Order: sequence, then C-alpha cells, then structure tokens
Amino acid sequence: MAKAKNNTLKLNFDTKWGYAPAPESKSIAKVDAKYDLFINGKFEKPLSKKYFDTINPATEEKLSEVADANAADVDKAVKAARNAYNNVWGKMPAKERAKYIYRIARMIQERAREFAVIESLDGGKPIRESRDIDVPVAANHFFYYAGWADKLQYAFPNRNPKPLGVAGQIIPWNFPLLMAAWKIAPALATGNTVVLKPAETTPLTALKLAEIIQESELPAGVVNIITGAGATGAAIVNHPDINKIAFTGSTDVGKIIQRAVAGTNKKITLELGGKAANIIFDDAPIDQAVEGIINGIYFNQGHVCCAGSRLFVQESVFDEVIRKLKDRIETLIVGDPLDKNTDIGAINSKQQMETIHKYLKIGEKEGAEMYQSSCPLPKKGYFIRPTLFTNVAQSSRIVQEEIFGPVLTVQTFRTDDEVIEKANNTPFGLSAGVWTDKGSKIFNLTTKMRAGVVWANTYNKFDPTSPFGGYKESGFGREGGLHGLHAYLNVH
Amino acid sequence: MIAETVSFAIPDFRLSPRIDQVGVEERASRFTKRSIKTESKINGLKLALNMIDLTTLEGKDTEGKVKQLCYKAQHLHDAYEGLPTVAAVCVYPSMVNIAKKALGNSGVKVASVATAFPSGQAPKDVKIRDTKFAVSEGADEVDMVISRGKFLEGDYNFIFDEIAEIKEACGTARLKVILETGELVTYDKVRRASDIAMYAGADFIKTSTGKISPAATMPVTLVMLEAIRDFYYKTGKMIAMKPAGGISKAKLSLHYLVMLKETLGEAWMNNEWFRFGASSLANDILMQLMAQKTGVYQSANYFSID
Repeated sequence: MAKAKNNTLKLNFDTKWGYAPAPESKSIAKVDAKYDLFINGKFEKPLSKKYFDTINPATEEKLSEVADANAADVDKAVKAARNAYNNVWGKMPAKERAKYIYRIARMIQERAREFAVIESLDGGKPIRESRDIDVPVAANHFFYYAGWADKLQYAFPNRNPKPLGVAGQIIPWNFPLLMAAWKIAPALATGNTVVLKPAETTPLTALKLAEIIQESELPAGVVNIITGAGATGAAIVNHPDINKIAFTGSTDVGKIIQRAVAGTNKKITLELGGKAANIIFDDAPIDQAVEGIINGIYFNQGHVCCAGSRLFVQESVFDEVIRKLKDRIETLIVGDPLDKNTDIGAINSKQQMETIHKYLKIGEKEGAEMYQSSCPLPKKGYFIRPTLFTNVAQSSRIVQEEIFGPVLTVQTFRTDDEVIEKANNTPFGLSAGVWTDKGSKIFNLTTKMRAGVVWANTYNKFDPTSPFGGYKESGFGREGGLHGLHAYLNVH
Repeated sequence: MIAETVSFAIPDFRLSPRIDQVGVEERASRFTKRSIKTESKINGLKLALNMIDLTTLEGKDTEGKVKQLCYKAQHLHDAYEGLPTVAAVCVYPSMVNIAKKALGNSGVKVASVATAFPSGQAPKDVKIRDTKFAVSEGADEVDMVISRGKFLEGDYNFIFDEIAEIKEACGTARLKVILETGELVTYDKVRRASDIAMYAGADFIKTSTGKISPAATMPVTLVMLEAIRDFYYKTGKMIAMKPAGGISKAKLSLHYLVMLKETLGEAWMNNEWFRFGASSLANDILMQLMAQKTGVYQSANYFSID
C-alpha cells in the first residue's frame, strides 16, 4: 500500500474568498501642520527655531513638522518642571493629584480612536494593535497609578516615601503613547514633575497627549513634552537640575546615559534591548505555542524589546513546529497599517528597515536557511515580510544581536538543562517564554531564566499591575506595578 | 481511476495533543477581528448559505413539515436572484424517504441522523440497523453520535470500533460523527474524540446534536479544524467539518469562514468540506444579503420561516 506523501502536502491559503480593504477612516485624526514644544502648560516656539519632519512610514509622506528642542529649550522645560514641583505639585494633597491622573486616563479613553489612528499613521503599526493594545493599555496605566497616588504610605509602610523632584524621561518609537503612559503615570502619582521626550520618528501621539494634559487643566509645568533627536535627549540627561532619568531604548544609548549619569546624584532606570528565548517543549500544546511564537515575534513588526526572537524547539517536534509556523506565517497580512485586517504594518523608519535588511543579509551569509511568507508588499513605504531562519547556532550573529524586526531564528535543543544554558547565553535578559503542558517544568524554568519577565504558555502580555524590566544588559529598575512606584520615590 | 489506498498507523489516543484553553480561545477571538466588508461580505454570505444543512429534528416532525423545509432548501428567497441552495436537509431516518422525494434532483443532499440520536444510548446492533435503514431510504449522509458515556469512561476502543462499524453500514453515504462537545467539556477531550473519529473512518467531524448547550463554539470548532489539519498532514486524507447548533447570526457565520480560511485554506472552502448545522441561520443571512442589496433592513416578515 502506498504511504501518504507527507512532504508534498501543502495547504493553500490563497483563497478565492478574500477580505476586501477595510481601512479605518483618517478623518477623526486631527494632525496640525506644525507642533511646538509643550512647556509650562503652553505650546511654545522652540528657541532653536528649528523643526523637523515626521513622516508616515507606510506612505513615506510628511505628516507634520515638530520642533527640534536644543539645550536652551530643555533648560526652559526643566525650569518649568522645577517651578511646578516646588510651588504646586509637590504641595498638592495626594488625592487631588490622583484626580488629575484619572482625568487624563478618561480623556485618553474618550479620544481612543483618534489616538489609535495617529499612532498607526506616525509609527506604522497596524490599527488593530494600536486600537486594541497601545491605547487601552496606556489609559489603564493612568487609571492604575491614579489609584496609588494617595496610598503610597501603604505601598511602603513606615518608610516615608517622598518624591524625587524633576524626572527626565526619554522614550522609544515602538510604543510611543504607551511608553509615555508608562513613564508619566507613575511619576505623577508619586508627586514628581516631568520633562518627557518622545522619539523623533514618532512624536505625534505624545504631542496629542500634551493637548489632553492641557485640557485636563493639570497645573502648568507638571508635565512638559519636548521633541527632538539624540542631542535633545543628551541635554535632558546632562541637565544638572534633573533628579531622575528614565530611559527606554537601545542598549547602546543606555550605556551612554549610564556613563553620563555616573557620579551625579541622579537616580536612573533603564529599559533596554532584548533577545528573548521562546522555548517549546515536546509536551507543549503545539498549535497554541505556535500562535504564541507568532505573536511573540511579529507583534508590532517585531519592534518590541521583549520580542521572542530566539525560538528554541525540542528536536522531537521540530518538523511539526516549523510546518505550523510556515502555515501560520502565510496567513499574516502585511500592508496598510490603517486597514483593520492588517497583521503586520510598516517598519518604523527607513533607517530601521535598512538595519533589518542588513541582518537578513548577514543571516544568509552565515549559511542560515531563510523562509519568508509569499504575501504581496505595498509598492510604497517600508515593509518587510515575516521572516524565519533555521539552521542557525548560538554563534550566529542573527542569534546574538537584537534585530528589532519581524525576524525569528529557530534553534533546536534536546534536554531541559541544555535549553536553559542556551537561553541564558546572551548579554540580554529582558524576557523569555516557556511552552509546556507540565507545571513543574514551568516552575523549574522560570526560576532559572535570567530574564525580568518569563511568560508561561503565553507571550507579550502587558498589564499595569505587573512589573516589567530587565536583567544584565537589558537594563535595571522596574516599571509597572508597585515596583514602578519605587523608581520615582526616595524611600527611607 | 483507482482510488489510492492510504495506510497509516493508529496512534495511541491517550497521547492526542493537549490544548491550552486560554491560547485556543484567544486565537478564536482573533478571527472575529477580521473586518468583512462590501463584496467580500456578500460573497462570504452566499458561500455560508451554500454550506448550510437545513435542519429539523423534532418529535413533532411530520411529512408536511419536512416537505416545506425541502422547498425552502431549494428556494431560499426567490426575490433575490442567483442565490445558491443550501447544502443538505437534515432529518430523522423516518423522514428520509419524504425528503429524498421532495428534493428530487435539485442537488440538495439528504442527511439523516442515526444511531439513537441524540443520546446514542442504544445497543450497537440497533444503531447499525438505524443507520442501514436511513441509507436504504436514500440518505446521502449519516450523522451519528458517539457514545459519550463510554468515551468519558476512557473506553476509546469501544468508540473507535463503533464508528468503524457504522461507517461500514453507511456504504457510500458520507458519515458525520457528532462528538457532542458540550458533554465532553474540555478541549483536550474534544481533540482526542476528533482524532478517534477521523482514524476510525469519519468523513465529517461534527460538534453537536443541537440538543445540548453549549453547542458549537468557535474555539471548539478551531480545535477540531486543527485536528483535521494534523490528520491531513499525517495521512493525506481530507476530513470535512460541521459545527452545529448555536450559529444563528450571519456575522458569526462569517467569523467561522475566516477561521476556516486561515486554518485549512482553499480546499475546504466549499460545502463538500464544510457545513453549518443550523436552522435559523439561513434567514439571518438572507436578511443581510437583502440589506446589502437594497440598503435597508427588511422586517422578519419578508423571510419565510419553513
């Protein structure tokens, strides 16, 4: 009797019945032609007199231009923040502070659609994600920390928690609004004032948040939002009247910041790069694990510091997992970020796209086997197909270095000890994932993974109540949860 | 053409893949996020109509009722030109003969429940006679129920053998195996029962009788579709899927089609390989199709209730 020819079987996902375009309307998004700096409760022209463009990475069209703050602008913002801290915010009863934070949370919810559309326009992420994740989780962070504002004595009993003063906060381009919320909400709840700089490629939702803050009648100077690139960030880091630096971004810049802050009185938290291991054991629920792998690496085009970019598959299920991954990748829709059916949007910037292409070339040169989905890409804009590499080793550069794109490397392993060793064999340590049906295995691995977050049978779950942060070169300090308060307080 | 015989080892069903409840429910809900608009919606609704097994399974079923249902199966809504028929009419064995005559050569199939539907609590020889009777009356398809009690006792050999014998009794009729997932409760058990049914010879696996709540849900259907996918890759043999019960809204049927498209793909996107077991779904789809055509929703009175 003939045996089934397993290797030739293939499912065809290019179906006759397809999805018609379902674009979210842009009409709700009001984007001004030009944005100034939000300092002391007002939008003010930059002393630098300079502006730069922010573009839509999906169309390469200019969306707006924003001010390029120089050191004098930073100084102005820090003075406003200091003044607000000394005269208003520091003296205000905590429960009054909480009311403002609640108000900001509610206003984000009220304008959720507008935020989602602008986030997708400016950053390239699919509207499904900005609508279902970025914006609601951002609002939740404000809600959550609003609740803590008048309960700090209970968070740190008998330890007399006191605010630090002025916090300088620098955030990345992968979750522009959400990172602003992660930074601003705990700082305000603990009684600090803020100078925040969004990333230069994605400043718009932070500036929209500035509009909300203005409408919320938060006292002038409590939150200042200034735009610019690396030089502006450096001016914040080096400003002598800042008490705390909170940075989320690349490990390289994190190291520069740590050097700059060394020897000063500034407190610092860094949330940096990652190269997370996602581990599938042969007793895992394979279909759900594959779904978790897909979400772990292709969520937000792979522009996620905790992305599960190193997949480890137990050898006995390797063929099955690879086949399922390839089938699933075929059904991912790459394209217009504003289309509600898009799974993978635009790469955030031309520069980032070039970085990813560089790594794809390195991977091929290293002899790795590359697989990409067959889906068509838009003619314009920055897009990369979901990619996976097999035939790689710990010594491959694509396995060692953070690519920050939709690129997965797949290695195999044989035993638990082997995979623990391999997973920890990296300078990073932000997150990890474990997939198994066996509870004891989960507990064994979570205690041995040198990573700040370990997800079991799920991945990329974010909640305001849960602390988040890294080991090793992925940074230090925790954001979120009760731990997130600690980073903004002097606790005796 | 000689049909290629496919051989495969029978696996140990105790080792069927485990299902993570949270994961499968998340994946299922993700399908509902797909936005189906304009011509995609119209084509999807017509496809769903064509996949319906229009069903009447009541103690009070009569010749008159079945005839009317059969007329409806062929004339869903003649005010809308170019509509497909449904896939099949599903009745009790005693009504097969009537349905067969009423449907003539319309192409609409006659499906008959059998094997002491819906409980399955009868001796095996009675179940086999029940099946043979339905087939001799002209049933194109037989919808059997598994013995859930035996399954929950862990007597998987019993379940396997019973399905295999019923399959034999079916002759050329296609066999749908109803797992009654609402009584199996966990996804792990749904997966295991799916595997047993497919290896034992099922042509279709079907979620529910419609007599037990919950009936079909998206996560349960997804677990079964994934079982079909794994079976296909292992054996090269396609198995059809039929969620039944609880799917009464047009929008939900589109979510199911999205799930089918993204799990099994093109080969399954027709009524040979996918069915909806439903009675009230057809009218909701008709109402949506008319709304797409005319721009207004008509009242339920405009749609026949056979």
